[in-house]
Amino acid sequence: MIRAALLWLLSALPALAASEDIVAGLSQNRVSITADFEGSEILIYGAVRRTAPAPPGALHVIITVEGPSTPITVRKKERTAGIWINRESVQIASAPSFYAISTTGHLKDILTETENLRHQITIPRAIRAVGISQQARNAPEFLEALIRVRASDGSYRLNERSVQFTQGTLFRSDVVLPANLTEGLYVVRIFLTRDGQVVDRIERQINVRKEGLERFLFNLSRDQPLIYGLLSLLIAVVAGYGASAAFRLLKR
Amino acid sequence: MQIFLPIADISVNLFLLLGIGGVVGFLSGLFGVGGGFLITPLLFFIGIPPAIAVATGANQVVASSVSGVLAQVKRKAVDFPMGFVLLAGGLVGSAGGVWFFARLTAAGQVDLFVQLSYVLFLGLIGLTMFWESVVALRRANRPGGPIRRSHTHNWVHGLPFKMKFRASGLYISVLPPLAVGALVGFLAAIMGVGGGFIMVPAMIYLLGMPTKVVIGTSLFQIIFVTAFTTVMHAVTANTVDMMLAVLLIIGGVVGAQFGAQVSGRLKAEQLRILLSLLVLGVAAKIALDLLLRPSELYTITPGLLP
Repeated sequence: MIRAALLWLLSALPALAASEDIVAGLSQNRVSITADFEGSEILIYGAVRRTAPAPPGALHVIITVEGPSTPITVRKKERTAGIWINRESVQIASAPSFYAISTTGHLKDILTETENLRHQITIPRAIRAVGISQQARNAPEFLEALIRVRASDGSYRLNERSVQFTQGTLFRSDVVLPANLTEGLYVVRIFLTRDGQVVDRIERQINVRKEGLERFLFNLSRDQPLIYGLLSLLIAVVAGYGASAAFRLLKR
Repeated sequence: MQIFLPIADISVNLFLLLGIGGVVGFLSGLFGVGGGFLITPLLFFIGIPPAIAVATGANQVVASSVSGVLAQVKRKAVDFPMGFVLLAGGLVGSAGGVWFFARLTAAGQVDLFVQLSYVLFLGLIGLTMFWESVVALRRANRPGGPIRRSHTHNWVHGLPFKMKFRASGLYISVLPPLAVGALVGFLAAIMGVGGGFIMVPAMIYLLGMPTKVVIGTSLFQIIFVTAFTTVMHAVTANTVDMMLAVLLIIGGVVGAQFGAQVSGRLKAEQLRILLSLLVLGVAAKIALDLLLRPSELYTITPGLLP
């Protein structure tokens, strides 16, 4: 019995020695979009837990934060009869509304292409664009344009070497969520890599929700659009009437 | 201070929105126009999606028109039967416009169509108004010239289904006012405007209505058509942003009162030249956007084509 246990332990040891895993937490796991929402900053912190001395090779951390995905239509303007008109379009099956990557080093040094394919880490990998080549002459350009437009408005971010990694065990990173957030479940993934290979990964979630007046107006507009429309009108009529009445009083 | 717009899903500076409402309100009080034709393009410029700008613009026009029509009702300057005929046409036009707007959105050509409509109508109206004012100014400086009659008989008076409009002193067919109303309703739905800049000239020159009832009657029609348009957009596309509308309205109603006070100190012809230059300026800005090569050729829209 004891021998069997020892044998099992011995056979398990090499696996244990190779294993390093992540323990991590977020400063908050929900973000409320209220009327004065100006964006939010989330602190992601963690440590590498080891049961044996660290194997050789530099350890790196990659953190991705991914917003809810939607299908996207990308359109290209062309000059037609002197004016710029939307002509060709490409439909992309699913693209995240927000995607931020923070790393401890240059991505191409710390992640192999095979591991990237398996875990879908980089921005082009996070977008699912299947069968777009039949839709337009230069379909890949549409995909590049999607990434370019989203990067320029701050929705897609690549912050290489922004994760602080101390003593090879503790890491922390601040991820800035912009003011134009889509609500939904945001997935935070933390990857630990050594020599380009993913050693461990964990996932956390951030719930981004409209709250208060924002929640009320948004729900009303979707659930009771007629009442919402009539309420908008009522406000307009009262404001229009109230203003002229108020100024008449002021003039007297 | 930033404020998050729940339907547009973007965060915009609060004072920028109040300022836009205030400036447009000031101009609308100054010139006696609804201001929708200025608000909607300004909302495009600050990055509000066109569909939301148009629907919310219509909501804002309701407020500024209510504010204006009360004074007109008191002055008995509203021809109600004519208002109802225009309104009947307007509701049909607006329903058609909302449907057409949804089709265009699906085809990805809504921005283009809205922009082209703005260039066409604002350019046309601006030029006409500018020309009229220049002619009027010249005539005022050189007395003794021929005076144009405001009410002349033309082909409009030969159409069937005649009806008596007492306040306007007219006995004409209901077809032309129905058509004018429908066109204005259509424009309200696709451009987010009241359409006063089309309706007022049409009422004076096409229908031959006396000037004193034109403003009140057009405001009466505009209130109901833009109200209908707002509700239609809210129901069919969920594109009315109440937060945005309230801020624009607050800025607008305050600005309008100051504008109305300043307008008393300027001459009518000068006002009209200023207004026509403003209209032409907006048209030129939108036309340039269409003609110049955009810095980003690609646009992205969430959702798939149907």
